[in-house]
Amino acid sequence: MTDLAERSANGTEGGSPVPATTRKDWSSDQEVRWCPGCGDYSILAAVQMLMPDLGVRRENTVFLSGIGCAARFPYYMNTYGMHSIHGRAPAIATGLATTRPDLDVWVVSGDGDALSIGGNHLIHALRRNVNITILVFNNQIYGLTKGQYSPTSEVAKVTKSTPFGSLEQPFNPLSLALGAEAGFVARTHDMDRKHMMETFRRANAHKGASFVEIYQNCNVFNDGAFEQITGKDHRTDMLIPLVHGEPIRFGPQGEHGVVMQRDGSVEVVEVVEVGESALLVHDEHRDNPGLAFQLSRLSRGPYEPTPIGVLRDVDRPEYGEGMAEQIETAVERRGVGDLHALLRSGSTWTVT
Amino acid sequence: MSDTTTDSKSPLLIDRVVIRFAGDSGDGMQLAGDRFTTTSALLGNDLATFPDFPAEIRAPAGTLAGVSAFQVHISDHAISTPGDSPNVLVAMNPAALRANIDALPKGATLIANVDAFDERSLTKAGYDSNPLGDGSLSAFTVYEVPMTSITTEVSRDAGVKPRDAERSKNFFALGLICWLYTRPIEATLQWIEERYASKPLVQEANKRAFKAGFHFGETAELFESSYEVRPASLAPGEYVNVTGNTAVAWGLIAASERSGLPLFLGTYPITPASDILHELSKHKQFGVRTFQAEDEISGIGAALGAAFGGALGVTTTSGPGVDLKSETLGLAISLELPLVLLDIQRGGPSTGLPTKTEQADLLHAMYGRHGEAPLPIVAARTPSHCFEAAIEAVRIAVKYRTPVILLSDGYLANGSEPWRIPDIDGLPLIDPGFASQPNHDEADGKRTFWPYVRDDETLARPWAPPGLAGLEHRIGGLEKADGSGNVSYDGANHERMTRLRAAKIAGIASDIPPTDVDDEDGAEVLVVGWGSTFGAISAGVQRVRARGHRVAHAHLVHLNPFPADLGHVLGRYPRVLVPEVNLGQLSRLIRAEFLVDAVSFTQVQGVPFRAAAMETAILEQIAVAGNGATSPSPGTTPIGAGAGTSTEGTG
Repeated sequence: MTDLAERSANGTEGGSPVPATTRKDWSSDQEVRWCPGCGDYSILAAVQMLMPDLGVRRENTVFLSGIGCAARFPYYMNTYGMHSIHGRAPAIATGLATTRPDLDVWVVSGDGDALSIGGNHLIHALRRNVNITILVFNNQIYGLTKGQYSPTSEVAKVTKSTPFGSLEQPFNPLSLALGAEAGFVARTHDMDRKHMMETFRRANAHKGASFVEIYQNCNVFNDGAFEQITGKDHRTDMLIPLVHGEPIRFGPQGEHGVVMQRDGSVEVVEVVEVGESALLVHDEHRDNPGLAFQLSRLSRGPYEPTPIGVLRDVDRPEYGEGMAEQIETAVERRGVGDLHALLRSGSTWTVT
Repeated sequence: MSDTTTDSKSPLLIDRVVIRFAGDSGDGMQLAGDRFTTTSALLGNDLATFPDFPAEIRAPAGTLAGVSAFQVHISDHAISTPGDSPNVLVAMNPAALRANIDALPKGATLIANVDAFDERSLTKAGYDSNPLGDGSLSAFTVYEVPMTSITTEVSRDAGVKPRDAERSKNFFALGLICWLYTRPIEATLQWIEERYASKPLVQEANKRAFKAGFHFGETAELFESSYEVRPASLAPGEYVNVTGNTAVAWGLIAASERSGLPLFLGTYPITPASDILHELSKHKQFGVRTFQAEDEISGIGAALGAAFGGALGVTTTSGPGVDLKSETLGLAISLELPLVLLDIQRGGPSTGLPTKTEQADLLHAMYGRHGEAPLPIVAARTPSHCFEAAIEAVRIAVKYRTPVILLSDGYLANGSEPWRIPDIDGLPLIDPGFASQPNHDEADGKRTFWPYVRDDETLARPWAPPGLAGLEHRIGGLEKADGSGNVSYDGANHERMTRLRAAKIAGIASDIPPTDVDDEDGAEVLVVGWGSTFGAISAGVQRVRARGHRVAHAHLVHLNPFPADLGHVLGRYPRVLVPEVNLGQLSRLIRAEFLVDAVSFTQVQGVPFRAAAMETAILEQIAVAGNGATSPSPGTTPIGAGAGTSTEGTG
C-alpha cells in the first residue's frame, strides 16, 4: 500500500525542518476578487499571517470550501486546495482528513453553505470529530446570489426574497455546534486581526473538529450587521472576551460581568452590584457543554453584549485516528491482508 | 429434470434440477437456500441462484406480501440462469404456496409443510379451501410433510422452548432436500456449530431439525427415490461460490492491492448495495477504510475527498441514492479525479422496488448530470464477473482521472455462482502515476505545476495529491483554464475544455477490448445485451441453436464508450435484438449512435428474463430475418402484457 504520507516531508522521520515562511509564501498568485471593503479580506490576511507561525508546511496544508463568497478562499492560499460544491466541504474534508492524517485540513464556509445547504454535513463532521478546522464566515446574508436572507438572518429581515420580512427563527451557530457535540467552539470577528489569529491558532491546534464562527461584514448586502458590537467605539462595552480560568467581565474598567443564575442561565450584571467573587469563571474544558451553551445564547443578536473567544475546548477521540487504529488492530490480529486467502475465505473446492 | 437411470435402490441420476424454497420472510428461506447452494457448490455442481424477497423485514406473517423465496439451479453441466421455473417447490405455508404456484410447471414436485395449512393461515393466504385436500394440486406430485411438529418434537428434551424450536423448521426443510438430492450433511452440521457457537440451544435445535429432515426423507417412505446431480465438468481450478456483492467487494480490494492505492469506501446503507459495505468493513487488514456517511451525498463526497488525497475513492448505492450522487459526480468530472460509483440497480422510479432487480439506470448513468458531463460506464454481467468489472472500473478511473460508474443490479448482487478463483499475479497492475514534479515553465523561467496539463495519449491530467512541495494547486467546480487550471469564464476556453473532457472519455474506446461476439457463421440475428441479462440471453441462444438455428450474441461490458468496433459488428447482421430489463435504454443508445434498426425486447417485473422468453424473442427475429422482412410492424406493447418485443419508439 502506498503510504502517501511518506511522499510528504511531514511523514518523513527526521525530515528537514519546516522552512521559515512569510505571509507572501502563503499567498497564491490569483487576484483576490471579493468586493472592495468586504470583511473576507481581513480574514484572509489573518490566516495568511498566521500560517508562517504554525510551523506547518504549505504542501501539507489543504483549504477546502463549498460555494459562496467565502468559498473562493482556497484560490488565494498558496497551498493545496479545493473549491467544491455547495455545503459539501465537510463531507469531502472527512474523506481527505481520515485518509491523510498527515495533512492540516481547513474548511472555509459561510452561513448559507455551512448552516443551510450543508447543515447535515456540518453537524455530522462535528459529531464524528474529524480532524478539521472549520471557519464559518457569518455575514447573516446570501452575498453571492445577491442578497437573500440566510439561516442566520434576524427575524423580520427585509431582503430581496423577503420583501415583507423574514419569518424564520435564525440559527445560533455556536449553539448548533455545541448541540452537535463539537469539541472546540469559538467566535471571533473580522475587525480584530489579532483576536482572529489567536482564535484560528487555537482552533487549528485542537485535535478533532474545531468550529469557529467569524462575524463578517458584507458591506454590499448587509453592511454594518455587527457594527453595534464590533465597531471600534463599541467593542469594549459590547464584546465579552472569554479567557480560560478568568472571571468573565468586560467594559472599559471591567465593570460589567457575567453570572450564572439559579436556573443555570447566564446573565450580564454590574460587578459592583454582585461582587467580583460572584462572577462566572470561564472554563473551556468543562466536559458538560451546558455552560458553554448558555454562553452561546447570552446575546440574542449582534446588538447585545456578546461573548467572543473560545467557548469550549475539550478532547474527544478523533475519528480518523480511530479508523487508523482499527486497521492497525486488524493487521496485528490477522496480519497484513492476503488477497490469495481472501478469495478463498468462503468454502472452496477443486476441479481437476 | 430428465431421468437417466431407473434403479429404485440407488438415487436416480438427473442432469439438473431447480429448487425453490419459499416461506415467510422470517422463516429463514434465504439461509436454507444459501446452505443448499454451498453444499452443492462443494459437490462440484454448476449452479445459479435467485434470492427473491420482500422489502419489508417482517411483513405480516402468513401473508402473500411477506413471502420470501430462494431459487437455486444445480446442474452436472454448465448453466447460466437460476432456471425458468422450479422442478421442486418447498412451501412452508399456504401463502408461500399461493405466491409461487403459478411458477410451477405441471408435473413438478411440491413439498408442503402440512402443519402450517390450518384454517387461519389458509384464510390469510386467501384460500377458501385447503389446496392440499381439494384436488386443485392434482397436476403436481405433492408431499405433505409435518415439518413444524417434527421440528418441535425432536427438540422437546433439549431444553428449547417449543416456540423457539419451531424456528428451526427451515433446517428441517434443508435436511429433507439434502436427502432428496443426496447432499452430504457434514459441512452444514459443522457450519451450524460454528455459526451458533454462542447460542448452544439454537445450535442444538438447528442440528436436530436438520438431521430430522434428512432422516425423514430416508425413513418416511414417502418419496419413491432420492436423486443425484453429478458434478459438472467445469474447467480445472479452485472454485468458490460468490454473490455479485461479495465479488465486487473483493474486486475493489484486489484493485487496491494492484494499484497500491488505499481503499476508501464512502457510502450510505441502501438495498441492495449495503452488503458491499458489510463485506469491505470486515477486511480492515487490507488497509480498507469504510465510512458510513450521514447521507448519500456525504458518502460520495468523502470518497472524492479521499481521492483528492491519493486514495482509491469508492461509493456504493442504488435507486434514489444514484440521483443524490449526481452533483458530486459532476464535480469529480470537473476535477478530473479518479472515483468509482457502484450502482446496484433496483426497480424505480423513486423508492420503487428496493429488493427487486432492474436495469433502468443506464441512461441515468450516461446522461444524469447537468452540463456536458460524460463518464465511462462498465457493467458486470454475472455475479462472479463483478470481480473483474470492479478492477476494470478502477483501472479506467485511475488511468483517465475520471469518475466511473459500474452497473450491477439486485439480481447479480444477491445471486451466486461458482467462480474459478483467478491467479492474482494475472490481474492487471494499475499505475497511479502520481505527479512527482513541476510540469510547466513560467515566462520568468520558474518551473511550476499546472494541474490541467494533459497526457498526449490519454488526455488525462496529472494526479497530484497533497504532500509534495512545488505541486501545490487549487482545483474546483468552476470552469478552469486549459493547462493552468485557474478559474476561467472565457467562452472559447470553456468550449475547448468541454471538448477535451468529452474526447478523453471517448478515447477510452481504444483502450478496451473489441466487442466480444459469440458468433456463428451465417447468423442473421445478433442479440446485444448488457449486464445481468447475460445468463438468460446465453441460455436463450443455446436453446435456439439446439433447434438448429443460427444466432450470435454480443454482451457489452463497456457501455461508455462502446468498443471501437461495435458499429462494424452491428452492421454485419440484418437483425439486431436488444433485450433489457427496462423499457429500451441500450437500444436507444445503439440506434442513436449507429443508426441501426435495433429491436428492443423488454420486461420490467423485478425479476430476470426467463430463457424461454428469450428463446421465443430470438426465434421471432430469426423468422423475420428469414422472411426478408425489414421490421415487424410497430405495435404497442399492451399494458400488463409483461415481456414485450417492440421496435424502438413504441416500447
